[in-house]
This record gives sequence, C-alpha cells and structure tokens, in this order.
Amino acid sequence: MHFSFDDDHHAFADATRAVLSEQCGPDVVRAAWEAPAGQLDRAVWDQLVGLGVNALLVDEQHGGLGLDEVWAALVLEQTGRAALPHPLVESAIVAAAFDPSVVDGTLISTDLGGPNVPCAADADRLLLLDERAGALHLVDRESVELVPDTAVDRSRRIATVVWSPSPDSIVTDDAAEIALARDRGAFGTAAVLLGLADSMLAMTADYVRERRQFGVPVGSFQAVKHQLADALMQVSFARPAVHRAAWSIARGEPTRRRDVSMAKALASDAGVTVARTALQCHGAIGYTVEHDLHLFLKRTFALSRCWGSAADHRRVVAAAITRERDRDRDRHGATTTV
Amino acid sequence: MDLRWTPEQDDFRHEARNWLVEHRDQWLQSCDHRPESGDTKTGFAQHLEWERMLHQGGWAAVSWPSRYGGRDASLWEWLIFEEEYYRAECPQRVTQNGIFLLAPTVFEFGNDAQRDHVLPRLAAADDLWCQGWSEPNAGSDLASLTCRAERVDDGWLLNGQKTWTTRGAFCTHLFGLFRTDPEQQRHRGLSYLMVPLDADGVTVRGFGRLDGDEGFAEVFFDDAFVPDTAIPGGVVLGGVDDGWAVAMATTGSERGLTLRSPGRFTAAVNRLVDLASETDHAVTDDIADVWMRAEAYQLFTLQTVTQLANGASIGAESSINKIWWSELDIGIHELALDLLGPDAELEHAWSKAFQFALSGPIYAGTNEIQRNIAAERLLGLPRK
Repeated sequence: MHFSFDDDHHAFADATRAVLSEQCGPDVVRAAWEAPAGQLDRAVWDQLVGLGVNALLVDEQHGGLGLDEVWAALVLEQTGRAALPHPLVESAIVAAAFDPSVVDGTLISTDLGGPNVPCAADADRLLLLDERAGALHLVDRESVELVPDTAVDRSRRIATVVWSPSPDSIVTDDAAEIALARDRGAFGTAAVLLGLADSMLAMTADYVRERRQFGVPVGSFQAVKHQLADALMQVSFARPAVHRAAWSIARGEPTRRRDVSMAKALASDAGVTVARTALQCHGAIGYTVEHDLHLFLKRTFALSRCWGSAADHRRVVAAAITRERDRDRDRHGATTTV
Repeated sequence: MDLRWTPEQDDFRHEARNWLVEHRDQWLQSCDHRPESGDTKTGFAQHLEWERMLHQGGWAAVSWPSRYGGRDASLWEWLIFEEEYYRAECPQRVTQNGIFLLAPTVFEFGNDAQRDHVLPRLAAADDLWCQGWSEPNAGSDLASLTCRAERVDDGWLLNGQKTWTTRGAFCTHLFGLFRTDPEQQRHRGLSYLMVPLDADGVTVRGFGRLDGDEGFAEVFFDDAFVPDTAIPGGVVLGGVDDGWAVAMATTGSERGLTLRSPGRFTAAVNRLVDLASETDHAVTDDIADVWMRAEAYQLFTLQTVTQLANGASIGAESSINKIWWSELDIGIHELALDLLGPDAELEHAWSKAFQFALSGPIYAGTNEIQRNIAAERLLGLPRK
C-alpha cells in the first residue's frame, strides 16, 4: 500500500501548472467566451501538446508517452485550476484510446459526456456515439452539421452535433470499450472539478482576508470560516477518491466502475458546495461578470452534471453495493450449509 | 502509487482475523453471550476480561514496541487490525483513552522510568486511565482551566473539579491538565499530571450520559496529595508549566486518525446495508452516500498514513478529519433509525450507537472549534 504520487508525477503536474499559469490566465478564459465558433485560440493548447500532456495515455509506438491515468490525475487538476477552456479530457483522456493523432495536438471532442459537445466547432474530429447500434464513431468535424447552443458558461462553446452513422467511421462497437471511455471521461472531469474547487477556495480565502466590514476582515467571522472549512473538507475527502479512481482505471480493477462513480459523485458535490460557498463569501462582487469568480463557478456548475451528475453516479454506487451484498450473502449462505 | 496490500500485510490480516474471531467467541461465552455496555459497572468488568485476553494474545496495542506490551506493528498493520476488529464486532475498548490518548504522549514526552512503568501496565489493563481535561466551566476552551496543582514537599496538592470524565467511575488513574502557576493566564502555567484516583482527597462520582450508561464521572480534588513517587519517574509529564504543549500533542492524535480508525465506519456502513436488507429496504442513494463517505474516510486515511510513512507529520488536517468522521457517524446511525421506523425508539444496539454518535461533534474539541482551526490554519483566515 502506497497511496501517494511519486516525484515524477508531481514534476509533470508542476510543469503543466507553470505553462498554465503563464499562458492560461483569466484573460484567456474570457477570450474563449468571445471568440467566434471554430476560432478558439490554441496557443495554450499547443504549449500543452509540446509538454506531452495530450500524449500521456498514448503508447510509445504511436508517439505517445505510454503513461497512465494516475499521471493524468494531477495534470488534469492543474487544468481545472486554470479553467482551461479546451477539451483536454475529451481529447487526451477519452479519444486518445481511439486516435493516437492526439499526440500531435489533434483536438477531438465528444458527445459521450452528454449531448452538449464542448468546443464542437473548434475540434478537428468528433468522437460520437450511435446509441442505437452501440457503436462509437470518429468523424471529421467538416462531415457533420453543428447546431450551436448558448451555454451559461460561454467558454464551453457547446453545440449539438447532427450526423448519420456510416460503417466506415466506427472505431468500436465493444460495449466494454465504450464503458471504459465513459469512465475515463467521468474520472477526468472529476479531477478537473478538484482543480476548479481549489482555485475558488484560494480566491475566496484571499478575498475574505482583504474585504472589511464592520471594521474587520470578513474572514474573521465564524459564519464565514465555518462555510469555508466545510467547503475545504468536501474537496479534501473527494480528492483521494478521484486518485483511487485513476488507479482503478490504470490497473483495470474489477471495482473500476464503482470507484469512478464514487469519485465523480464526491467531486461533483464538492465542486457545487465550493462554488456556492465562494459566491456567498464574495458577496455582491462575486455576483458580477466583471469578477473572475464567475468563470470558475459556471464551469463547475456545467462539469458537475456532465459525464453523469452526482445523483446518477450515486445510483451506480448503490447498485454496486447491492450486487456486492447479494454476492456476499450467496457466499455466506454457501459456507453455512457446508 | 500502489493500492494493494502486500502478501505480508495480507498474512497479518488473516492472523488478526482468526485470533479475533476465535477469542471474541470465547469472551462471549465467558459472559453467557450477554455482554453489557463497557460503560456500566458489570459491563466494565466483563470488558476488562476481554482487554486481558487481548493483552495475552499480544493484541492490546499492536503498534507499540514489544518491550512495552505491543507487537511492533506498523501503522498499516494497525489500520488492518482495526478493520478486522470492527468487522468481527469485537467489544468496545474500555482502555482506549489510555492507549490512544495517554500512551502517545508518554512515548513522546515521558522519561524512561515513566515509560517503563506506565506503558506495560496500561497494555495489560492493570492501570486504567481516564482523561481529565474538561471542567464545569472549561470544555472546548481548555485554556480557561482552573483546577490547581500546588507544589509541596515531595509531591503536589490538588484542588478543584474535573467533569465529563469518560469511565472515570471505573478507572484507577487520571491524566489531565492542572494549573500549576496561578499567576499565569490562559494556556501558560498549566502542567500535565498523572494522578492515581485512590489518593486521599479525591472523590469520584459517576453520572449518566445521554445514553443512560454511567459512562461519565465528575472528579473532585479536595487537598488531594499526590506524591512524586506515585508514578516512577514523576507524576508530571513533560515540564512543569509546559502542559499545554504536551496536551496539544495528545489532542492532535485524538482528532486525527488514532481515536477513530476508518475500520469502525466501514464496518458500520456494511451493517447498515445488512439492516436495509433485513428490513426489506433497497440500498438507497442515501445509503450509498454514507457508504461513500466512509470509503472516502478510509482513502483519506490511507493517504495520511502514506505521508506519515514518508516522514511527514499530521497538522491541522486532523480538524477536518474530526468533523468528517463525527458527522459521518451520525449520518450512518440516523439512516439506521430511519430504516427501523417506529422501532427506532426501542433501546437496542442501533439506538445506543446513535446516541453515542451524537457525542462526536462535541468531544475532542467541538466541531465549531475544529472549523475555526481549519479555516485559520489551512486557509489562512484571520483569527480576529
């Protein structure tokens, strides 16, 4: 048992963090709100590609780094911290299994996490699910029709994809592979949520130290401290669950699905709690689009429900517990009759 | 990262499991399968038998060095032992305040003579220790303690009152904080003393806790004389007037992982799942929620133990830890009462455990205090 990351994992995450803090400030996130469809700036994306972030899960024969989800966990937290607008989870964590060209920066988005496809018009390719046939297709963006939607978080740049499946574009119709892709997306999104939560907590702690009311910093009030302590606690206990999910996927553990669902449920709940607390503690300034907080809030509200909401994933866990209970009961019944 | 147990750790688990199940059954037989709560007079005596069995098997304090009565187990093995302990539904540890609160302090601050005397007798349940922190006007605000210890020839003269002392009526010794320099305010001028409860001038009166058991006591000191020789090596642990630092080391371990190991909660949620089945209820989202919170506590602890194994120490994280497990405990038991419906009002293991869980957010420093600590030390918010 050794439940921690090693120095190399941390070094990779730190390098990612350095690129993001230089190249992906709130101005970049705001620019993603304004850029016309299909014209998302890729400066930070290209930097991440240069670092090998997109190549993490691709094997070495295909030019990738041949690493696993445990490495991805810390890196994705960093992208959440910066509210990176590009669909890194969709490309590097989900689509990488089907298209190794992600290592060169090919931007792939997908509808596996829900019908609203992020950065649909900015993607080079799309990984799309034909639900009726249970098949996953990889298609060029030019070959489908996009119906843009207006998201609360404009930097999500979402659209609905209208397309008709053709046998030529199938990458898999193996239900297990599709389930694994979904688990990767849910895990990756959970990791991103942790990073978003960390940033909101840090912003809020800074703010309540400075902001004064009744002659003292508002952060000295117990009512404020207690809310922030609870928010911090939720993230702190969601984090090891996300890290365990990474390990379960990487090792192909039999409990993978349950572990991923637990991670996404806890991270979604923690993200929403932190977002609400951050807004409350910022007060009216936080309720403006001028303050950066809303960039993180809105992303959190979106991601907490994509790739399965907390409620969806809690049901998955409940079903897994029921299965385990029934299996144990069968086993127990068998031993008592012997 | 490797979340598998090693073959050696698996062996340890099986050894612990086999021993615990076999001896638990022996113990149940010895008390006609009718064990009482360890917080009643009869029940305490029954539980002492169990404590002695544990000691004879070398399981009383697994993580201690063997020379003091332990088995040199690592923290990992301790966690495994605890998991098996609660899985097997072994008896409540009536020596836990000594083992988990006093002993770590003796290891850290005691002199050789104190260690050699206190620890083996503690492991063998020869001396039974209760914690004398709280006073009628000092609960979470420990720095407002007024109970006094005055230096006299060859010992200390004690005056004042301690209260809410867990199992005080059944214990032989008390460890607590006493004001040794009345000129000093707040956390200065306090000393950590180890006091035999049979000293002249000490009166112990048991009283009922919320669950009705006589698990609490108030302890009156009326010119009680405690000679230096009462404990070989001296009755003061750490330096005179330095008790605050010594006590804070203890409360850190209390809120941290040692007092409430994750095995306790994973066993409780598994029993909750069984209860749902027995009462013809599905495993609802609510049950899944507490199940996940117990599992998250387990994972958080595994991360903490990894850090400790790598040489780090636990800091203010122990505050959010304490809030998490104490609220989880109530969550598990409230759901159990919901599953039981009208039978929740009957006195049984679930209702007793529910009432005990209600104490979690109060003892070891209220959760309100823990939230302040977490906000100030982990998030850097201003004290005032």
